[in-house]
Amino acid sequence: MNQNKRTAGSLLGALGRNVVLIVYALFALFPLIWMVLCSFKSDVQMYNTVFRFTPTLENYRNVLFGTDYFRAFFQNLLVSGVAVVITIVAGVPIAYALARYDFRKKEDVAFTILSFKFAPEILVCLPVFLIFQKIGLYDTYFGLIWVYQLVTMPLVIWVVRGYFEDISVEIEQAAELDGYRWYEIFLKTLVPLIKPGLVAAGLLAFIFAWNDFTFPLILSGFNVQTITITSMRYIASDTVHYGQVAVAATIAVLPEVIVCLFIQKHLVRGLSFGAVKG
Amino acid sequence: MQKVSTPKKSDPAGRAGPPENEVPKNIRMRPYFIIAPGMIILIGIMIPFFMAIFLSFTNYSFKNINWHLVWLKNWIGMFKDAEFYHSLLVTLEYGILATGVQMILGSVIALLLRKNTLFNKILKVLFTFPLMVAPAIAVLIWQLMTSNSVGVLEKFLNLIGVFNFPWASSAKTAMFTAVLIDTWVNLPFVLLLVLAGIQSLPKSPFEAAQVDGAGAWFTFKTLTFPMLKPFMYIALLFRLMAALQEFGIIFALSKGGPGDSLMNMSLTAYMEAFKYSKVGASLPYLLVLWVIINYSAKAIVKRQRALAKQAQGY
Repeated sequence: MNQNKRTAGSLLGALGRNVVLIVYALFALFPLIWMVLCSFKSDVQMYNTVFRFTPTLENYRNVLFGTDYFRAFFQNLLVSGVAVVITIVAGVPIAYALARYDFRKKEDVAFTILSFKFAPEILVCLPVFLIFQKIGLYDTYFGLIWVYQLVTMPLVIWVVRGYFEDISVEIEQAAELDGYRWYEIFLKTLVPLIKPGLVAAGLLAFIFAWNDFTFPLILSGFNVQTITITSMRYIASDTVHYGQVAVAATIAVLPEVIVCLFIQKHLVRGLSFGAVKG
Repeated sequence: MQKVSTPKKSDPAGRAGPPENEVPKNIRMRPYFIIAPGMIILIGIMIPFFMAIFLSFTNYSFKNINWHLVWLKNWIGMFKDAEFYHSLLVTLEYGILATGVQMILGSVIALLLRKNTLFNKILKVLFTFPLMVAPAIAVLIWQLMTSNSVGVLEKFLNLIGVFNFPWASSAKTAMFTAVLIDTWVNLPFVLLLVLAGIQSLPKSPFEAAQVDGAGAWFTFKTLTFPMLKPFMYIALLFRLMAALQEFGIIFALSKGGPGDSLMNMSLTAYMEAFKYSKVGASLPYLLVLWVIINYSAKAIVKRQRALAKQAQGY
């Protein structure tokens, strides 16, 4: 009797659990599915069909060859990619110093770097906008790559610092006894050891830069465009081609979903800036 | 040989290794040398922040070349302006609503996913997809569904007897729509962090509770929840800090409208600066916002540390 009650209860529990999960799965994934569906619909089908329609590549052709979306895509790729490379070259040594050396004001330096993450982006943007206009960095690759350091550097430094701290100090001491210089130890023993984590952190930083909206909105114009800004134009025009909006969104999201699959193992650690070792 | 110190400070005085005078100067200076290039890049971009404080005391604008100090005029003007209190309210409302919904639902779904089955593992991967989407692009994706001409949600809502739901075009539902999109993007963040917490829980306290015959609810209340709290606070920290300054979603959705229904402090400052070109008057909004964010961040970090210490006692 009691046994029966318990199995019935746990059955009901399992049912309830799965219903909630499926409802959430619909909420999380349906928008993406709908986006992909819409990207294959012609303008007419957009209005008179829901799920059954004859797919067409017309929207893709129009967006990729009829507008400057292609250009924005590669400019975005260039700006975000170079920003991440600079972050890794300049930021990984900082992470190493924060992990391995004791120096005065060390924790202050670490927290100042983290505080960039929490500063309102517009607060930084406004004065930067004024300076960039004065010194000619407004609407240039260099300017945008520079401010993107505020997006990518705190992430990489804090995450990679954690990976360095995970490595036993004895490895370095052994290498030191073998007569290696400090930078040789850093480059030849430590960096290879943290490589998977470093790559994941770099890719996540790339996504953050790729997704940024406020900086390119204020600091770039017609010369350098990112797809977050360019995509807005498709919805703002008078006659909205929803199929083209869907294509713009699909192309913006696709690389990110692929990257996301590769860095699953490091995702929690990266997203929490090393605070949670998932 | 003091070069390599252990990550944790071994010396109570806070300085590792032998006293400074025994260490060659080039080794003592090495960490500064290592961090210099990166710091120059970051500090270069930080100068504007101090400039912002200074400019908030001027009547700087894009139109007016002859700007000068006006001291507290912008600040007093802001505190006298009803718009400021409205934007403060919208900021807090959006921040608390978005963060609250994401914290509660994210934690619940993480608890439902706690068993390490293949089904749950696949769901977890799928659930991370929206988190990768740029806020501005997320708005586009939702507009494909909420548009009253092509939107599929209208058709779904018709089935349950709701017609012409206005989404972002009515002041009454704009906040709901913005929070919904924010939640779509960011709920997985809370979900992932709490799930990581669940998977790191030690086994022995739970086995002991089972031996003592503790009920499921009692175990959750006295063991699971307190041990998950430190993880939830980290999620709270990141979510609240971002939601209080949210700009992308609101700007892409309705530029703060309809009316002033979504004009939070970031949006208000942006409009002051770029629509009315009053840069000097826009900066006090952002500096106040920065103070709010900074103080709440410090409070959350402090509480998180206390909780983490407590949780280790179990």
